[in-house]
Amino acid sequence: MIARAARLGEATLTAAVPIVLALVVNGILLAALGRDPFTFYADMFNRGLIQWEGFQESIIRSAPLLLIAAGLIVAFRANLWNLGGDGQFLLGAAFTAGFAPSLLESLGVWPMLLATMAIAALAGGAWTLIPALLRGRYGVNEIITTLMMSFIGIGVANVLVKGPFMTEVGGVARTDVVPFDERFPLLFDTRIHLGFVIGVVALLAVHVLMTRTSLGLRLRILGASPRAALHAGLRPVRLTVIAFALSGALIGLSGSVEILGVQGSFRADFNPAYGLLVIPLVFLARLNAIGSLVLVIVFSVIQIGGESAAREAEITSDVLFVLVGLMLLFMALTEYWRARRGRRMRFVPPELAERLRPAAGDGGGVGGEPRPAIGAREMGSR
Amino acid sequence: MSDLLSQEFLTALISGGLVAAMPLLFASLGELVSEQAGVLNVGLEGYMLFGAFLAFVIAYNTGSEWLGLAAGIVAGAVGSLLMVVFSVRMRLDQIVIGIAIILLAEGATSLLFDASYAESRPSLGTPSELAIPLLKEIPILGESVFSQHPIVYVGIALAFVVGWILKRTSAGLSIRAAGERPEALDAAGVSVTATRTWATLCAGGLAGLGGGYLAIVGAGSFTPFITQGAGFIAIVIAMLSRGVAPWTIVGAVLFGMSLSIATALQLIGVEIQTDYVQMLPFIAVIVVLVLFARRSYLPSALALPYVRGEK
Repeated sequence: MIARAARLGEATLTAAVPIVLALVVNGILLAALGRDPFTFYADMFNRGLIQWEGFQESIIRSAPLLLIAAGLIVAFRANLWNLGGDGQFLLGAAFTAGFAPSLLESLGVWPMLLATMAIAALAGGAWTLIPALLRGRYGVNEIITTLMMSFIGIGVANVLVKGPFMTEVGGVARTDVVPFDERFPLLFDTRIHLGFVIGVVALLAVHVLMTRTSLGLRLRILGASPRAALHAGLRPVRLTVIAFALSGALIGLSGSVEILGVQGSFRADFNPAYGLLVIPLVFLARLNAIGSLVLVIVFSVIQIGGESAAREAEITSDVLFVLVGLMLLFMALTEYWRARRGRRMRFVPPELAERLRPAAGDGGGVGGEPRPAIGAREMGSR
Repeated sequence: MSDLLSQEFLTALISGGLVAAMPLLFASLGELVSEQAGVLNVGLEGYMLFGAFLAFVIAYNTGSEWLGLAAGIVAGAVGSLLMVVFSVRMRLDQIVIGIAIILLAEGATSLLFDASYAESRPSLGTPSELAIPLLKEIPILGESVFSQHPIVYVGIALAFVVGWILKRTSAGLSIRAAGERPEALDAAGVSVTATRTWATLCAGGLAGLGGGYLAIVGAGSFTPFITQGAGFIAIVIAMLSRGVAPWTIVGAVLFGMSLSIATALQLIGVEIQTDYVQMLPFIAVIVVLVLFARRSYLPSALALPYVRGEK
């Protein structure tokens, strides 16, 4: 019990260190730009956490991010890099916004909500099919292919929104607006919507799936070593497709949640670029669902508070990109310092980090299989 | 359809294609060298952004394109210094550091641009061009290929020079050994870390030059997120070139033309939505990868840190 509490404390501390260091360095940068970092951070925590209005905003923001985190965990645990989150998110959002108005008319609120979420999940999942097959069959590096598909997805979403899904009401290219009362129901007396619950449930479901079910075990074996998976009679190609589809579906669903919970319609060129921003968080949580839940909420507070603090300080909210970049850098550094002190602790699983290694000899494709069985012995320790 | 062969269309297609190809050419050449040495620069996009921003600032303030381009090289190399320190020297994960570099570059350049130029949004003058005597008289090719910014000819020559260095010199041999068999290079008494450091700086400098070209010649100004994924396309071009530098010219020009085809079509009265055009290069990459999935090749020690004595 005590040992467990100590481990939890240590994990919390090691996740907190990079965040704090990133905030400090970012603060120095703000000072260099002539802004008072203390005012900035005071604003940030005040608007994002202390004020009830702002805190609700933070929780609302966390809803799609939780689903993205869930999707990333599935892929990363199966040793697959899904960097195409933005495309999957936007396709989910575009399909939801495009179908919602007409489905609302023909089916009513609840069937519309369920149907659009299903469509969004399908779209997100389908978008991973090419990278999954290329990776599974030919070992083509999925980092590149998911990124390429992401850019295509962004384009397709915009083509849809400016074409078949476009509203007949003039003005900016956008889809018809789903009326406020016919979006996700709100929880109790707050402005927080059902999407937050969906996000939390999805993250916990992924946790159970990966740790307690046979599919989860198979995916983890695939992650630890595709060759071992083959020897164990598993089908790596099929598992790769399943892991990718699940990951894409969850991220597609996050797009649906953003539309049905917050936006109500898809404006052309909408792209909050959540995909890359969530990656550091799930690594910091060492792909643990509960840890990710906490970190996503912390990050949402930083984002909502930061956007408002940036407005106040008259700088662009792109400053948050710097903050997240610094978090990643310090995360890697924390790992390095701990390893040097003989306390090996990995944010990024070693087999994921070694994923680029091509097969021996004339590497059959970009990437190829990772070295056999590497990291298998470390599996239990996570 | 006969319009497709009109002089106007072809000139715009080729000329615009070359302009769009240059950032890709420089960046993918740098990435190719660095990949050969075993370092994968996921952050290539970031180096380009750093390069584009500083090149713009210097060119705008001094009025000199060349000083601007030089500043782009410096900024890109400084950006890649992060990769050198964290991944090559400290052996931290190359992908994580690469993503961090992209985010830092996106945030920092946007922040700095916003702080100093958001109000004025200045643009640079028309870039100079160097028309080659005699050759410029050739129909179509004369106006497109032989009337470009001088750096274009530098870029094409550089691809052959890099190819020659990689294949024919001892420095090139060291670079390739650092990527294929780092332990052999170490045993031969050449420092793997130093070799990879220089290769990574080379990727940073060339990507920065590409970014600088993008801002100064391509766009005539800087806007946040100006690279729009060019860094990733450059990585793909480098991978598909399989270590043969001149192939990057072919890749870069093909992708460049898929960008310039929209403008060229507009000239002959065909309008297409920009979203389609922006997707085109990425679709091209996916198609190429599907068709040639087995053909791309990466060095065997790519993205793996080298620790002496560890097998």
